[in-house]
Amino acid sequence: MPKEYRTISEVAGPLMLVKSVEGVAYNELGEIELKNGERRRCKVLEINGTDVLVQLFESSAGINLADSKIRFLGKQMELAVSEDMLGRVFDGLGRPIDGGPSIIPEKRMDVGGVPMNPAARRYPQEFIQTGISAIDGLNTLVRGQKLPIFSASGLPHAELAAQIARQAKVRGTDEEFAVVFAAMGITFEESDYFVQSFKETGAIDRTVMFSNLANDPAIERIATPKMALTAAEYLAFDKGMHVLVILTDITNYADALREVSAARKEVPGRRGYPGYMYTDLASIYERAGRQEGKKGSITLIPILTMPEDDKTHPIPDLTGYITEGQIILSRELHRKGVVPPIDVLPSLSRLKDKGIGEGKTRADHSGTMNQLFSAYARGKDCKELMVILGEAALTDIDKLYAEFADAFEKEYVSQGSETDRSVEETLDIGWKLLSILPRSELRRISDEFLDKYYIEK
Amino acid sequence: MNDAVITKISGPLVVASGMKQANMFDVVRVSELGLLGEIIEMHGDKASIQVYEETSGLKTGEKVVSTYEPLSVELGPGLIGNIFDGIQRPLTEIMKVAGNNLTRGINVPALDRERQWVFEPNVEIGERVYGGDVIGYVQETDVVRHKIMLSPKLGGIIKEITGGTCTAEDVVAIVIDEKGVEHGVGITQKWPVRVPRPYKKKLSPDRPLVTGQRVVDSLFPIAKGGVAAIPGPFGSGKTVTQHQLAKWADADIVVYIGCGERGNEMTDVLNEFPELIDPHTGKSLMERTVLIANTSDMPVAAREASIYTGITIAEYFRDMGYNVALMADSTSRWAEALREMSGRLEEMPGEEGYPAYLGSRLAQFYERAGRVISLGRDGREGSLSVIGAVSPAGGDISEPVSQATLRIVKVFWGLDSALAYKRHFPAINWLTSYSLYANSLGKWFNENINEEWTSLRGKIISLLSDEAQLEEMVKLVGMDALSWGDRLKMEAARSIREDFLHQLAFHEVDTYTSASKQYMMMKLVTEYYEKSKEALDKGMDIETIVKLPVREKIGRFKYVKEEDTEKDFGEIINMLTEELSLEGGEADA
Repeated sequence: MPKEYRTISEVAGPLMLVKSVEGVAYNELGEIELKNGERRRCKVLEINGTDVLVQLFESSAGINLADSKIRFLGKQMELAVSEDMLGRVFDGLGRPIDGGPSIIPEKRMDVGGVPMNPAARRYPQEFIQTGISAIDGLNTLVRGQKLPIFSASGLPHAELAAQIARQAKVRGTDEEFAVVFAAMGITFEESDYFVQSFKETGAIDRTVMFSNLANDPAIERIATPKMALTAAEYLAFDKGMHVLVILTDITNYADALREVSAARKEVPGRRGYPGYMYTDLASIYERAGRQEGKKGSITLIPILTMPEDDKTHPIPDLTGYITEGQIILSRELHRKGVVPPIDVLPSLSRLKDKGIGEGKTRADHSGTMNQLFSAYARGKDCKELMVILGEAALTDIDKLYAEFADAFEKEYVSQGSETDRSVEETLDIGWKLLSILPRSELRRISDEFLDKYYIEK
Repeated sequence: MNDAVITKISGPLVVASGMKQANMFDVVRVSELGLLGEIIEMHGDKASIQVYEETSGLKTGEKVVSTYEPLSVELGPGLIGNIFDGIQRPLTEIMKVAGNNLTRGINVPALDRERQWVFEPNVEIGERVYGGDVIGYVQETDVVRHKIMLSPKLGGIIKEITGGTCTAEDVVAIVIDEKGVEHGVGITQKWPVRVPRPYKKKLSPDRPLVTGQRVVDSLFPIAKGGVAAIPGPFGSGKTVTQHQLAKWADADIVVYIGCGERGNEMTDVLNEFPELIDPHTGKSLMERTVLIANTSDMPVAAREASIYTGITIAEYFRDMGYNVALMADSTSRWAEALREMSGRLEEMPGEEGYPAYLGSRLAQFYERAGRVISLGRDGREGSLSVIGAVSPAGGDISEPVSQATLRIVKVFWGLDSALAYKRHFPAINWLTSYSLYANSLGKWFNENINEEWTSLRGKIISLLSDEAQLEEMVKLVGMDALSWGDRLKMEAARSIREDFLHQLAFHEVDTYTSASKQYMMMKLVTEYYEKSKEALDKGMDIETIVKLPVREKIGRFKYVKEEDTEKDFGEIINMLTEELSLEGGEADA
């Protein structure tokens, strides 16, 4: 029986100071017992002599300095894992909340995770077909990638993420897959949307869900993504499954982090977020990937809402520096009725180059991709000019570019949330659109493919 | 000393009492696990220690033992082709011992103790040797002849020296110093990372580091021994640019530091480099590369050290007389590690929470670059070029790390997200970037590549800056309102951008362009402008000039293999002259 302390001397926000404690380890898990027998969890944040600063994972309401007891459990935060987790729902701290029995653990894993040796990583290069042209054709997703969706309030990021989860497949394979879904501070409706969508495809039986909704304690969210990734690591690297992890919404997670930091009176970085937020986010995102000698993979799609649609806000900014690209949703396209409203120009997949081409998608993929990007960028410039000066101010070729940009948004990007296109279809639509432009403009594509695919008028 | 114990733990910072005997910056072993740490502050008998490994599970009262040595790296054969973490632990070896994840307290020596090397002596018994002298050689890889140098602190008479096979720990020579003390000398030496390695004399850089990247070599060149910074928002191609430089720069040795960046990027280098062929030596690129990896999920304190570990290794090869290029991606993560430790030490923060000494630390780091005459009798000349990526928050370079860096570096390659969105790579903005070496290196290019080099460069830069002004005008009045002369300028500038500056890292031919091919390309795009201007003056129609068939040829010249360039270049120039004069003739008629 671990020693109990009744020496809680301060409670402030999510933090608590306990005096005269001995033999406690940094990051150790603790348990607070209230007078009425209720138990809450916390972890050690700092040890200074015999003073221990702990951080609560639940609300501090009802904690009484005189009567509450705290004991330290001699271990770090763990998650009991087993294959039976598939199809189950847990709270943000990994306790079952679907009314089912508790998990009989195959083993217990430390949720903190251990950094992957970069020499042991396997470079992700297996093409995942999401059936969405703007992703497959231009910002290709590969197995083991971490590719966030940068959204903003009011944009359909949930639909997009659900569509990816529904349609994603690696062609020509039939390997075991699983979905790990972690909801952090989102509403019931949004969370339910995902559940319904997983149910429709039957994926629900292969889904592990961690749910911390908007009305759950905000501070619990700090543990939720770690829980989700621990479960994912178990399924991927112990059980050899290909796991797709969806984390939504990272913005709420970062805000919880800020709350703890502010309570500790740390020197804030930009916009009040702690200076170590980069490292903290990296310790989540970097857990995605593939390993040498292991069959499974973790593909990570975090979703975050950009405050004020601002990409330079610290949360999207730091995320973009860690993840392998980003899919950016645009309010302007959403207004135009483009579904999904993916703004392809600032979107990026850093791993696309090794995931496409001969044997993976099609040999002409790389050239057409670059050409589509540059043509769309120029087309958008031309349209802007047209708005100011009228169509007459454009040269003939610029008019074609403007026409191309319109057609591109309408036919290529806007495919609706139900259409599942094969990568060949995507590439063919690309060629059809590029054929609006004269052949001499297509300098980024080699002659070989122009001869084969370009449609002369 | 045995009574030194932990009294405080806060993340990577541990405070221990009973440390009166220890020195500042000593390496210590913390707790039963023997975690590596370094003393960074002393108060009375309490020492603040930054721990290079995850501190979860540590308790107060656990012991702390000082090694009484500063943080040092092992220098000797076996560095090349290896990947180390921020404190020089060999990651591939660790993988064999500990599996795919980095568990704590692993103790593996930096250089392989088993591996056999063949040592060829260069000095004779009885010879007087001085610090830095080359006492022998080890052929480390096909490309790198590792010069075994006497430690800079040692000198005297060679008493014994033996050639043949040896390992990292063997003594190969005995040196008697002036006091008559005998020193055993092996093929490896240790050097503290925070102390720059000494040299005889520093020189100003005068030769370019030819990188095969057109926008770099032609417009904003860097010298061997120079310093450059690549700031840019995420997704603008910092890492790809760094990788391209690491691949194709004509350096003898490349040290690549992945500091707080993605694990997969290091994996990419590990996979790709062994298969790429160095155009200068014809051997695999990995045979000249040393990798240092502290990925963003690895402990933050070791991130601070990784930069120093890398540059010390680079200086060691520089001392052998090699041209070394060091890439640090990204120095912003290093600065953030500094900020995190500073915060934990409760120091008074400077701008944006960074410590007040950020600027001076950065300057000290970059100042370790340069072209030098090494210690030792043979006066070897080596250089160390440093190229640092900077990741400014929000892409705004008014932040402290970018500003402190810009005060030091001579070359600035400013990456531009607008260019990246158009997939114009490398997204180096030609209007904001600069190189203070451009004039001095221009001379070298004029003498060694073609005497027209600097004048072509001047023409290109002026066309590009004219284009920027004209573009403003077009936005107001439309393309039609421009004079034909100005429209031609816009067309020529577009050709410069698309046919010359745009360079695909993933295209087999386009990824590297030799300096002489760069000259031809510059000549082609400027020749198009000049010849067309003449034709325009003679009355040719602008639409004809814009649609000349030869332009497609110019556009595709970048994909022409190096061996065919001479022939194709001549043909295109002829074609250009013909098309312009022929059609011009028609217009006259």
